[in-house]
Amino acid sequence: MTPSWKYWLIGGLVVAVLAAAIYFPILRRRVKRAAKLQQQSEEQARRELTQPIPINPSDPRVKAKVFWVSDAIDSTLAPVTVELPLSNDPVLRSKQVLNTLLAGPVDAELRTLPPDASLLAFYLLPDGTAIADFSEALATSIPSGIVSEQLAVNSITRTLEANVPQVQRLKILIHGQEVETLAGHLDLAGTFVVNTKVAQEPAKPTPTPSGTDQPAAAAQTPAAGPGTLTATRTLGKLGQSESRP
Amino acid sequence: MFGLLCMALMAGALVSPSLTPSQAQQPAPGAPATSPTASPTTGGATGPAASAFGTQGQQSGLNIVVLDPAHGGTDPGARGTGGIRESEIVLDFAVQVRRTLELQGFQVVQTRQGNENPSFDDRSATTNAQRGAVFVTLHISSTGLPGTARVYVNSDLPPVANAGGLIPWDRAQAPFLGLSKAFGDLVQGFLAQRFKGSPDTAQSASVRQLRTTAAPAIAVEVSSVTVEDRADLDRMAPGVADAIARGTAAFKPSYVVPSAPGALP
Repeated sequence: MTPSWKYWLIGGLVVAVLAAAIYFPILRRRVKRAAKLQQQSEEQARRELTQPIPINPSDPRVKAKVFWVSDAIDSTLAPVTVELPLSNDPVLRSKQVLNTLLAGPVDAELRTLPPDASLLAFYLLPDGTAIADFSEALATSIPSGIVSEQLAVNSITRTLEANVPQVQRLKILIHGQEVETLAGHLDLAGTFVVNTKVAQEPAKPTPTPSGTDQPAAAAQTPAAGPGTLTATRTLGKLGQSESRP
Repeated sequence: MFGLLCMALMAGALVSPSLTPSQAQQPAPGAPATSPTASPTTGGATGPAASAFGTQGQQSGLNIVVLDPAHGGTDPGARGTGGIRESEIVLDFAVQVRRTLELQGFQVVQTRQGNENPSFDDRSATTNAQRGAVFVTLHISSTGLPGTARVYVNSDLPPVANAGGLIPWDRAQAPFLGLSKAFGDLVQGFLAQRFKGSPDTAQSASVRQLRTTAAPAIAVEVSSVTVEDRADLDRMAPGVADAIARGTAAFKPSYVVPSAPGALP
């Protein structure tokens, strides 16, 4: 091989390396963009599949009360009035108000549910027990803690209580499954009281511990409020054996 | 169908109050449903043993505090942006709380000593095998005003019929709710004195760990893992420990201990 060929070969290799150095970052960006687009389209497809809530223009526009956080620091809920066309069908109506709750308020800091969570299904049994099936993001994206998890569930139950009187209690499923806790703290084994008035009617006082001289306040059983967990096996075979958190 | 658990069985005789923490890590011999392999919902033995204990009468003497550093193992709990993990912080808190309680003369049993993750039921089983115990589970939140602390008691549960001392495992906390509220209010009162912005009284929440605990039980949640410096949380530990110890001491005279571990109050 003559020296000139060597120079040509080395020159060619240098050009190839330079071209690769320029092209690879571009290629990497394109792959990332394609993956992101695919992820977005999957998420979009899932939302479209799971949220075909028909909005009937003939539905009366109602001032719905949706419960979001009133103060991000104080961690309390407050109703926000939102004018929505709401169906008279309790299942459709529940889906509509819960999707509004999931969409969140204008100020993202005041939302109670993760932005990527969605309502997969909603059922209402004849006895007033509702079953809301949320996507896994509700459990995985919510800030872990008693305060935040309780706020999330309370915002759901209070929004339903304010807008769908037919719902008396609520069972929450995650991706079709019964789970032990929402994100490590809040108990999802039973049903939550939604309609406070109905829940209070059958309430019986807890047997007062005999032989104790506990304070009077301690002997009183607080009335069930929205979000209170009730009997754990009210839905038949929804229960499952305990598993490790 | 609810499994019924007779926690008034021979456990009372076999579980000594002087259990060492390491012993208490394991289910007490003879205590029903304390084995992880024995599902609490499968029911426990019933029989004359329960009534035999029932004739012993009640004794005062709250002397054991079961401390539960929440999470652990593969479950880190709440995580802060600065790498703070709830499971690690609560373990450190537990050391301080334990020391303070022991100085007050209480025996302390921990549900975990290191980076393990006992199940909710394992932790409840540790507590339910004790006699004269209260239960405190320690948490760090992801939200809330940093530098505050909240006490939670379990939300209202359907009442439990007194069926010869049997307590359904799934609602073991039900007969103790009133006592838990009294205990929680006391601890929360001391926390409010120490940490401005904390509530004055205990709150109700459906905390899974509390539901299966057959003893006065509270969850203490400190805010929060969002602090920029872990030292901010570490500085709260002595105050939290002091409030729990003082609250427990104040609660002690009002708690007449059931005649057997897990028996109705």
